[in-house]
Amino acid sequence: MTMTTDTIRIDDRDIPFTPGQTIMDAALAAGIYIPHLCHHPGLPPSGNCRLCMVKIGNRSTAACITTATAGQQIRSDTPELNATRKTITQMLFVEGNHICPSCEKTGNCKLQAMAYHFGMLDDHFPQFYPRRELDASHPDILLDRSRCILCDLCVRASRDVDKKNIFTTAGRGTQAHLIVNTPSGKLVDSPIAKTDLAANICPVGAILIKEKGYEVPIGRRIYDWQTIRETGLQEQVELKNKD
Amino acid sequence: MSPRQNHFSPSTQEHLLHRLHAIQHDCLHISRESVQQVAQEFDLPVAQVAAVVAFHSFFHTQPRGRFDILFSNCTSCGYLSGEKNLLQLLCLQLHVTPGETRADGLVSIDETSCIGLCDQGPSLLINGLPITHLDDNKVVQLAQLIALETALPDWPSHWFDIHHTIHRQDWLLNGSPLPREIMLKALDIGRNNTLAMLLQSGLRGRGGAGFATSSKWQLCREAPGNARYVVCNADEGEPGTFKDRMLLTSYAENLFAGMALCAFVIGAKQGFVYLRAEYRYLLDSLQKTLQNCRHQGLLGNRILGHTDFDFDITIVVGAGAYICGEESALIESLEGKPGIPRIRPPFPVTHGYLGQPTVVNNVETFIAAAHIVYYGSETFRTIGTASSTGTKILSISGDCTFPGIYEYPFGISFQQILHDCGAQNVQAVQIGGPAGTLLSPAEFERTLAFDDVSSGGSLLIFGPHRDLLSVHRNFARFFAHESCGFCTPCRVGTPLIQKELDAIAEGRGSAYTIEELQQLGHLVQQQSHCGLGHTAANHVLDGLRKFPQVFSQHLLPHFTARFDLDQALASARHITQRDDPEAHLSND
Ligand SMILES: Cc1cc2nc3c(=O)[nH]c(=O)nc-3n(C[C@H](O)[C@H](O)[C@H](O)COP(=O)(O)O)c2cc1C
Ligand code: SF4
Ligand code: SF4
Repeated sequence: MTMTTDTIRIDDRDIPFTPGQTIMDAALAAGIYIPHLCHHPGLPPSGNCRLCMVKIGNRSTAACITTATAGQQIRSDTPELNATRKTITQMLFVEGNHICPSCEKTGNCKLQAMAYHFGMLDDHFPQFYPRRELDASHPDILLDRSRCILCDLCVRASRDVDKKNIFTTAGRGTQAHLIVNTPSGKLVDSPIAKTDLAANICPVGAILIKEKGYEVPIGRRIYDWQTIRETGLQEQVELKNKD
Repeated sequence: MSPRQNHFSPSTQEHLLHRLHAIQHDCLHISRESVQQVAQEFDLPVAQVAAVVAFHSFFHTQPRGRFDILFSNCTSCGYLSGEKNLLQLLCLQLHVTPGETRADGLVSIDETSCIGLCDQGPSLLINGLPITHLDDNKVVQLAQLIALETALPDWPSHWFDIHHTIHRQDWLLNGSPLPREIMLKALDIGRNNTLAMLLQSGLRGRGGAGFATSSKWQLCREAPGNARYVVCNADEGEPGTFKDRMLLTSYAENLFAGMALCAFVIGAKQGFVYLRAEYRYLLDSLQKTLQNCRHQGLLGNRILGHTDFDFDITIVVGAGAYICGEESALIESLEGKPGIPRIRPPFPVTHGYLGQPTVVNNVETFIAAAHIVYYGSETFRTIGTASSTGTKILSISGDCTFPGIYEYPFGISFQQILHDCGAQNVQAVQIGGPAGTLLSPAEFERTLAFDDVSSGGSLLIFGPHRDLLSVHRNFARFFAHESCGFCTPCRVGTPLIQKELDAIAEGRGSAYTIEELQQLGHLVQQQSHCGLGHTAANHVLDGLRKFPQVFSQHLLPHFTARFDLDQALASARHITQRDDPEAHLSND
């Protein structure tokens, strides 16, 4: 073995890590993409989407919440794990009401981009067709829970970056849904602003800024030019440049 | 509005769950206004209070009936465990739609996950009180009492009796050391020797995972922190388990002694018992026992005169969520949050309640620890097997002559257990509840042990006439209902497993469905965030392997649509208000 004590190995690459860093952060910093939807560099990790599941020995673990320790032998980009990730992506699709062709987010949506990434051609599972409440109360921001994948990014962005604590998730199992931290439960009564990170971080079309939907025409949107792998690695670089 | 709200002062130590329970009790629901008021009282975000309400099965945002009835849907104490569908019968009698409150607000009837009365026949909770041994006769009488609006205290009192049937006692249940004696012994030999005794005994956790108890206490003691906590897990939610109910009724003093021992060893001042809401009726007697212990100087300040030993226990009652039995979810719930399992590591021993080192142990574990300290570790160590020392208390129910409590030394074979409880021609046994292991008769020679087949206490017996597919559907439904919803594989995967099993049972399954179940099962098992997801598919995977014919006999040889064509048109019919033959499709 060629491993030194302060590196981890992901597939066939030895990469450095800093003490306390997660496998995900170490990987992204080294330019290795591990698929993810609920992780965003700079926000505390959550571990809910499970797309970043990797294998250490026989153990499956989420890279975004597992601390890197010297000598770890991690498998990530394998046909087996990518098949699992594709299935998890399909699960996220059928659980909500994803109306891609008519969704404002189309082309900018990470869930859709993840489906492209794994060559997902169908939903595979039966649709759940959930009924979830739409909140159009706010003049600038729309919350359509039908398209929410419960990634918790808006929750963390609002709590930890915007310092407004506007969102939280509530309810169990398939009843789980996003709620707004106001007595009425409506977004209009919250101090959210369209410039907040929470209003802009949604990977799907669940939180949308109003009157901006078609500023960029379909065909010239983010994932019409780039893959989610590329944007995923860029987010890491952007975070670094900010510091 | 609740009269209690005026009495509430934010400075009291009342627990959020108790406050919400009081409102649910008084107002029959928790309104948006109440959520807002509680949020103010506790100085919490409204969304957090709303999330706690939404998380628990026993809290409702719409009013429940003045008689609120919850039938257990467990395979042993459930409304389908007898000849008739008792829930349906009661609904018919009272003109109630299941899950809805009758228009006059008199009654609501619903089902709930296992209520731990599996040796008492079909059972229900009415306004939190248990009624056991249900049959159609009783259900009809019950309907009459409700229709006449007879107050519960005027109902036949023996309906509410629960008889513990302990069929086999061994080391633990035979022991009856006085809590005072236990404590004196520990104080006498000191912290280190108490811990050493536990280490020598080889005691492992009785709640399921089997972690060495002495290591847990030691790790907690050594972890840096400002305070340490002792938590007793009395959430007993695994369907088919009721041994903690018996222990909490008959051995509570020694449970509290065990917790105090732990506090003594790790240096804790505060302990909690997290009691499942389904056992709320035990609360009064537990509080009395606690008070008794305080009077005897076994709890409180300067325990038995030791100036540096202060410890007391608070009981926190849950609100209907199986996941709150998972230790980190339990701690979240103690902290007034929804019971979503934490990222582990760090484990509770280093980062538990309020981020401080915390020991979480099962009821039985604490009592065993107390008895070990009193009787010494030698006898205990000689009982059971080398790696599973001592005894285990089982809750046995299902198709057998003598359901009830059995205490066995580890290493006992299931053959013997089945013989003892009078189970004949057994088709299958589910050990450790739906999350555990399904055994076929070929495996009955296997033994109860951590390194063979382990159980937190549940043992469900399925006789020759049981439809095992319906058992799997019941279990699948349980997990889908109890999934906390945090992670994708479990949140989406558990209802998908349920749908696939339903498809097979309804004659819409093909060989492909079996393949699907297999893959889904492995995905949920391997990719989920916590123990619930890791074990939710065990029963299906076991079943597919050990009882393939249970599934295959329902399969259609030719292609079939996975969905029901006619059912798929239901919403279109509803919207267009049509129900003529043209608006229906045949599935053939
Ligand atoms: C979904 C789930 C439910 C659980 N329910 C219980 C329970 O009701 N009682 C219990 O003692 N342990 C339960 N556990 C295990 C606890 O997480 C924990 O391991 C146990 O309380 C530790 O105590 P012990 O070491 O004394 O067994 C559950 C675990 C999971 C994953
Ligand atoms: S609204 Fe968007 S960001 Fe928030 S949890 Fe749902 S999908 Fe994630
Ligand atoms: S495995 Fe299930 S219960 Fe556990 S965190 Fe995930 S969704 Fe919640």
